[in-house]
Parts: sequence; C-alpha cells; structure tokens
Amino acid sequence: MSTTRPRRRLLRAVLGAALAAGALTACSSGSGGPPSLTWYINPDSGGQAEIAKRCTDAAQGRYTIRTALLPRESSEQRQQLVRRLAANDSSIDIMSLDPPYIPEFAEAGFLAPIPQDMAARVSDGVVDSALKGATWRDELVTVPFWANTQLLWYRKSVAEAAGLDMTEPVTWDQLVQAARSQGKQLGVQGIRAEALTVWVNALVASAGGSIIENSDATKPEDVRLGLETPAGEEAAKVIREVADAGVGGPALSTAGEDANVNAFEGPDAGFMVNWPFVWPRAQSGVEGGTLDAAVPQDYGWALYPRVTPDQESHPPYGGINLGVGAFSAHKDLALAATECIVSPENQAYYFVSNGNPAAKESVYTDPEVVKEFPMAPVILESLRLAVPRPQTPYYSEVSEGLQREYHPPSSVDPQRTGREATDLITAVLQKKELL
Amino acid sequence: MSTTTLPPGEKTRPASAPGRRAGISDRSRAERKLGWMLAGPAFAVMLLVTAYPILQAVYDSLFDFRLTDPDNKSFTGLSNYGVILTDRIWWTSLAVTLLITVVTVAVELVLGFALALVMMKALSAIRPVIRAAILIPYAVITVVSAFAWQYAFSLDSGFVNSWLGWLPGISADTDWFGGTWKSLFVVCIAEIWKTTPFISLLLLAGLAQVPEVLQEAAKVDGATWWQRMRRVTIPNMKAAIMVALLFRSLDAFRVFDSIFIMTGGANNTETVSFLAYRQTIARLEIGLGSAVSVLLFVCVVLICALFIKGFKVDLASARGEG
Repeated sequence: MSTTRPRRRLLRAVLGAALAAGALTACSSGSGGPPSLTWYINPDSGGQAEIAKRCTDAAQGRYTIRTALLPRESSEQRQQLVRRLAANDSSIDIMSLDPPYIPEFAEAGFLAPIPQDMAARVSDGVVDSALKGATWRDELVTVPFWANTQLLWYRKSVAEAAGLDMTEPVTWDQLVQAARSQGKQLGVQGIRAEALTVWVNALVASAGGSIIENSDATKPEDVRLGLETPAGEEAAKVIREVADAGVGGPALSTAGEDANVNAFEGPDAGFMVNWPFVWPRAQSGVEGGTLDAAVPQDYGWALYPRVTPDQESHPPYGGINLGVGAFSAHKDLALAATECIVSPENQAYYFVSNGNPAAKESVYTDPEVVKEFPMAPVILESLRLAVPRPQTPYYSEVSEGLQREYHPPSSVDPQRTGREATDLITAVLQKKELL
Repeated sequence: MSTTTLPPGEKTRPASAPGRRAGISDRSRAERKLGWMLAGPAFAVMLLVTAYPILQAVYDSLFDFRLTDPDNKSFTGLSNYGVILTDRIWWTSLAVTLLITVVTVAVELVLGFALALVMMKALSAIRPVIRAAILIPYAVITVVSAFAWQYAFSLDSGFVNSWLGWLPGISADTDWFGGTWKSLFVVCIAEIWKTTPFISLLLLAGLAQVPEVLQEAAKVDGATWWQRMRRVTIPNMKAAIMVALLFRSLDAFRVFDSIFIMTGGANNTETVSFLAYRQTIARLEIGLGSAVSVLLFVCVVLICALFIKGFKVDLASARGEG
C-alpha cells in the first residue's frame, strides 16, 4: 500500500497540469492583443504564409492573420471546409477556395456577403475568367486571388521535327499525328480525378458546348447536361483518339498533372497540356542538379489546342479565390484582410515566388514577372479565353459522375459515353443512383 | 481417435485452482462485483462511442438529407436502401470487398502460421530480433504502407517493373493501376504485407497454448512432424485460428486506406467502405451514406454470426478461460 500513495499523487499532479495547460491554451487566443484571423490555405510553396505576414504588418495592429493548412487535393479541401462550415465553425475567417466549389458554398450560405463598394474595388482589372469563377448568380461572392490556366507545352525539337508550325493555333488531331510520327508522348490527365474533369470540360467548351446548359437550375433534378450534343461527341472523339493512338504514354489512365510533368522532363516527351507550374519546376530541377539545363531550353508554350480548326480553344480555368466565412466572428476585418491579400503587389509576389499566375491583368506587365515567366503574355491570353468548370452547387456529383464514365480514356465511345454520363449524373442528382 | 486434445478444463486450469464448481463463495461474489466495477466505466464508454453513432446512422439512413441543405431534410423511409440494393455499383463493391477479404485472409493465414512457427522455434538468442522484424509491418500506419506500395508499383517512381521485368507479362510499361485485376493484386499484396504479423501474433499465442506433453507423447509414439502438426498442434489451437480468422475477416472487410490511396476506386476497385465514404463525405448525402454504412455494419455482423454460429468459435476459450 505504501508505494501506491506517491504514485497516485503523481498521477493527480500530472492530470492537473494537463488540464491547466489545456485551459491556458484555450484562453490564449481570446484575451488581449488584436483579433487573430485564421486563413485556411491550400498547400503551396510558402507564398500564402508570407502574404499573411505582410498583411499582418500592414494592418498595424488591427488584426493578425494566422494560416491553417488544408489537404493537398482540392476535393479534400472542400470536404474539410464543408464539414466545418456545416457545423457553423467560427474559426474559419478566410479560406482559399477552388473555384468549382464556390456555387455550392454560396448556395449553402457559407460565404459572408461582399459589400458593393468592395466588390467593385476587388474586381477592377481582374481577368474575365477569374471574375466569372468568383461570381455566383450575378453576384461577386469571393475575391479573385490568383487565376490559373493550362497551356500547351511542347518540345521545340519535336515540334520542329514533326513540321508543326507552333506560331499558329494547333488542333488535337495535329498533335496526335505529330506525336505518333515522332514516337513521342502527348501528355494529358487521364487519371480518375478532378484533373480528368478539367480536360473533359476544356474539350467540350473548345468544341463550342458546355457540360451544364442551365447553370442557374435551383433544384438538382432540373440540371440539364450538354454532353449528348455534337460538342460532347467531338470532345469524346479527342479523348478516344489520344487513347487509341497510344500517344498518351503507358500510364495514360493513371497520369495526373505531376506524373505528366515527370514524363515531360524525360526522353519521350513531345507535347503536354498542363498548368504553368511546369516552368518553375523545371527551373528548380536545373538548380538542384536533377535536370539537364538543355531540357527547359527546349520547352515551348502555346495556347491550349483547338478541337476544330476554325474555332478558338477554351482552356481550363483554375486558381484560388478567397471566401470569408459566414460564421466568422470578425467578418469586417476578414474582408479587409482579403483586400490586402489580393493587392497587385502581393499577386505579383505570389506569381514570381510560387508560380501561381495573378488574377489582375496589370500584374502581367510587371517587369519581374515577365523576366521570371517569359510565357506570362500567353498565360494572360489563355486566361481571357478560359472557361470555368460547370458552375453548379452540385459540382461534386457532376465531376465524379464524369470521372466515372470518361475513365479510363480508352473506354470512351463518342456515340455512347455522352449519353451514359448524362444518364448517370441525372440519376445521381435525382438521388436514384449511387455515385 | 484422429486428433489429440486434452479436455478443456485440464488444459487451462491452474494447478492451484480448486476443482469444485458448485456454490459461489462470498469471495468469488465480491470478485465478480469488483470485476463489474472495474469494467463498468469502460463498458459505458464503449456503449457511448459505438452504440450512439450506430443508432444515429440508422436514424439518418431513413432521411433524404444533404449536409449543405439541412432545411430540406425529409423522411423517406427505406427508400435509400432501395436505391443502394438496386444499384450495380453496390454489388460490384461488395464482390470486390469479398474477394479482397477471402484472398488476403487465406494467404495471411498460411503465411502467418509459418511466421508464428518461426517465432516459436527460433533460437532464444535471436527470437526478440525475429519477433521485432516480423512485427514491423504491423506497426506501419496503413496510409503510409499504401503510399509505399503505390510508389513501388507506379510507373514514374516504381522499381517493381525494372526488377521483375524478366517475368512474362511484366515490362517497363506495365501500368499496375491501369486495370481491375492488376490494381487488386497490388492492393492485396499491400494488405497481406501489412496485416500478416497481426494474424501470426494471434497464432503464436495459440501455439504457445498447445501442451508440450501431447507433443512429447506423440513423438514417443513415433509420429512424424507432419502428423504431429495435423493431429496435435492444429486441433489444439483451433480456437486461436478461428479467432484470428474472425478478427482479420472483419478487418479486411472494411478495407479503405489502400483503395483510397492507390486507385481511388478507379477501374472497378471500389470497396464497400469506400462507397460509404464517397456518398457521405464527398457527395455529402448523409442519408444515403448512412444507409451504405448501415449495410456495411450488417455485413460485418453477418460475418461475425457466421463465424461464431457456423464455425462454433468460442471467443472465451481462445483467451484461455476454458
């Protein structure tokens, strides 16, 4: 018995200390000092954390910004935010949102409204596609931060050998033929993931169609899809053509953006559609000694390929917009902070340091940006043509449904897949089928 | 007489334990009471953290309820179950899950038994090292293990293709995650690698219970190693084997991490728990997702019932309670 006493006392002391520590940390954020805003960010190369620091300094004690990291996949970022917001989480002040999920957030009332005067200020000089992506039901519901788009990347040597004039717009047909004639790869995102939806959407849009024809439908069962159209058929034809020609590489059905870049740095590289991060990645590869300096010198870039020769392409639009949480305790300060975050200086900094293109057009003439990113003018041109993915509160269902029917790319049948995807997504939206 | 086992009481009763059973003494009554008092709080906590979510899921499964649209929650009765049970995806997921369960558990049982024998028979000098080495995979977090196997087999970072390129059907361009069977093969390998130690640990406990006297008696009678294994060792550890099988089957049936990391459900590699995840977490249809979860729960209960009633597994005897 005598040995248990001190032990019990020790246990009590440890428990007491643990409880006290818990109580202290719980209090520490609430008392004293300026309000602390939490910004939920997607993983990047440290740019958002640095901008948070800069804006904390600029606020001169009105508020401080703390960042909290979200998962890597955008679908998982959405899941975490939705779950928290559905529980009225007041710790979410600012969030970095992937544009396709914005209608869902807006419709569910998860976003604090942006005052008219501020909306006018933050949309001034913003490239059109980014503005569209930040808007829902004709109202700016998020603040455009950075805007992404895919370019057609090519190896100059391969394009030259194939006799392709890259100063003129090229079509998917031409690319497939060129890649096949040279025995090189045409990198596309055939993985069953969001990247596949990005590809399908860009193809349908470039063929003159759109995946959802009435994006203002309020009820899920009213959503009308545009896949059983000539444009949908053309898009499916391109996917099947890439798969059948064998130019997608051996990993066509499992390749995402990262796998594509890996392959593009290798010996079989010919062409690839991908986001601009390709460029800083090659540069850092050269600096780190993992990539031959001659490789990025062979890189060329152009506008996204066309589906039909006489119709302009509509490249994918991506990026991040900032939303203010509807349950935040400091909405006014959070709105002020977003305005600071998206300042042209910060956008230029983010572009140069992290390779994420700006939403404001003026940034593209910044000398430092042009020096680091010689393709900046093409990115801007591409952003002007880019179209967002289907804007609907039911985006997740639409995207996953598309992924199920258009994967693997070799199974796509231009006559059939559009109809099957329409049937599936319609049934899922009517809650008559599982996804 | 085909097998040799001792009567249960003989096998497990400590030498000092009293033989009589009739009449409960004051002391044993007090012990029983103490037992309930010690286990009671844990039991209450268990009820709270398991029974409550299960009942909540059953309740939710009767509604049409989308997390982002709570105002339009409506009671739909059993229609969610109707949607699921008439959907092809549910049945393919169930088939895939059963396939993974049967394949992995069968292979793990054989491998785990061999490893248990190795751990049992190893020289005492190297026994701790061998046990640690065998148990390491089980200590690895499933998500980490799934990533490791995915990187090993993937086309851009993997080494498997270049190591095994000499085998027919494998070349530098073999895309392991590009087809149903190849993907499931990798998933099964990862699962087997990860959880064989668990089954071998349970079997090792069973092996240790086999009375040495029986082994010696059989040896004296001139039984070969194989005869002793079949007639003495395995019959005496039947309870341990069945419990190991039961635990692993229940575990394997809920496979999620490997599928989530490696294939994301592509190429018809979706399992039931992944299906539940996608309805509930990705699609935010709480009602439909809860219904899938409830059906998954029913499957697990059925497996449990099959083992306990069908194969007469006595959970108490495996713990040496007689």
